[in-house]
Amino acid sequence: MKQGWKTAGLALGAAALVAAMPAWAQTPALIKAPTVAQQATMVNKGDTAWMLISSALVLMMSVPALALFYGGLVRTKNMLSVLMQVFMIVSVASLVWVSWGYSIAFTSGGDNHFFGGLSKAFLVGVSASTYGATFSNNVYIPEFAFVCFQMTFACITPALIVGAFAERVKFTPLIIFTVLWMTLAYFPIAHMVWYWAGPDFLVDAPTDYGFLWGKGALDFAGGTVVHINAGIAGLVGCLVIGKRVGFKSEPMPPHSLTMTMIGASLLWVGWFGFNAGSNLESNGVTAVAFINTFVATAAAAVSWAVIEHVVHKKPSLLGGVTGAVAGLVAITPASGYAAPMTSIVLGLVVSPICFFFVTTVKNKLKYDDSLDVFGVHCVGGIVGALGTAIVANPALGGQGIIDYTKFPAVAAPSYDTAAQLIIQAEAVGITLLWSGAVSAILFYGLKLTMGIRPSKEVEVEGLDINEHGERAYNY
Amino acid sequence: MKLIIAIIKPFKLDEVREALTSVGVTGMTVTEVKGFGRQKGQTEIYRGAEYSTNMVPKIKIEVAVGSDLADRAVEAIQAAASTGAIGDGKIFVLDMGQAVRIRTGETDETAL
Repeated sequence: MKQGWKTAGLALGAAALVAAMPAWAQTPALIKAPTVAQQATMVNKGDTAWMLISSALVLMMSVPALALFYGGLVRTKNMLSVLMQVFMIVSVASLVWVSWGYSIAFTSGGDNHFFGGLSKAFLVGVSASTYGATFSNNVYIPEFAFVCFQMTFACITPALIVGAFAERVKFTPLIIFTVLWMTLAYFPIAHMVWYWAGPDFLVDAPTDYGFLWGKGALDFAGGTVVHINAGIAGLVGCLVIGKRVGFKSEPMPPHSLTMTMIGASLLWVGWFGFNAGSNLESNGVTAVAFINTFVATAAAAVSWAVIEHVVHKKPSLLGGVTGAVAGLVAITPASGYAAPMTSIVLGLVVSPICFFFVTTVKNKLKYDDSLDVFGVHCVGGIVGALGTAIVANPALGGQGIIDYTKFPAVAAPSYDTAAQLIIQAEAVGITLLWSGAVSAILFYGLKLTMGIRPSKEVEVEGLDINEHGERAYNY
Repeated sequence: MKLIIAIIKPFKLDEVREALTSVGVTGMTVTEVKGFGRQKGQTEIYRGAEYSTNMVPKIKIEVAVGSDLADRAVEAIQAAASTGAIGDGKIFVLDMGQAVRIRTGETDETAL
């Protein structure tokens, strides 16, 4: 079997694996390139259970968490439009994922390191007795568990984008955008960053990986693939679609910060599946990603509240939960590489930077990123992607990187922070350019053909009643 | 007969109600309203967006009383609703031409 599975550079702290080696000497030797029948004996029920639970947790991040987080921030007249956009994007994205997304993202593209093939389109060949690799030699999970886990990532990423142009987009063109953007931006970037042959196969196929994986880019759970990718698409969308009617001239306060708080809190809970689940196994590194996700978020929430207390004299709830989300975004690429204390530093640092973007930069440049998709997700993702190079350093308690070109895999003998930082910056740059360009072409294309923005009358009266024929609240 | 309209701070409603009851007022109508006078509104900040709301939430009380009770009712409201700060509100007193109790058809002072 020759699929790759997720992640990162010479990746992952399979430190547990290395530590476990002496014990394994007693058991049958590790098998290079195991057959499917052999893989079947390498599946652990704990890992499988964890991955299925993680998948459900990540779905919860989209519905209802992200939908409520966003929904609370718009005006009453547009509440349902946001909920519906998120709900339908998740539904459509999951269908696209099993139709061709999984195959493009996670099968080999041969010499092409940007797109996978179509050999598993419509999940052909995937069954209850096929398996996906993890980050440890001879440890497998059911392939359907891997398909589901990755599906939830494909669902949430396009849903993140809608916040940037909330309250002023037509529904059907948005759904068309979603299908095309996933195909042309999400799947290729997921392939570039996360596809590789797997620890038992890479030795025999040393160039079977995605473009950025091969460069050694580290992205544990989706800083580039999910957050930078969606964040830049959102920014491009809000620029192409334009500002809301009344932007800067009439008040547009959030209609329910209560819902926003519920949404942000559920995001935090679901994010344990997102980050800790990204280890694909249930082991020590999973727990590392879990605790890092916990404390980085807490630090970023505190940090944002403190800045607001200093700058605005009052710590707002919206600020606190926005900080938490910024912290979640920043720790995402670093979650399996950092240590708890460096995660806290990352969390403390990300909030002031995002705060600067959603207040000063946005007000100066006057773009209408309604719900700060760029300022929080893209900027926070960049902070996290670059920060990963620093916190992964074993000298700072980081998990370091594993050399998968050896069989069995071994911990890389040295770690060069500066070199890693350059690789991370390259991954950030390529994601920004790729997703930005694809998004610009798609948004302009839709704008010039079917139109992407509702009429002024519709926008002023609200999308709920005009686009969906219902109201969020009938008192 | 007088119609007394008082605009007060929302948290003073219970005290005003008690004061009015103690001078013999037997009913009132209360509405949540917004408005502005000398009191400035609040500034709300949502991430970078700053909105100053110049409408302040208030409570409007309407009380219909007989002419003999009007002065005492106004005094009671004024005493109970006062905090000494800007934004305590206003009391307006209007002459009332007619009153009817819907259930019985009683009119004027007997209807109050």
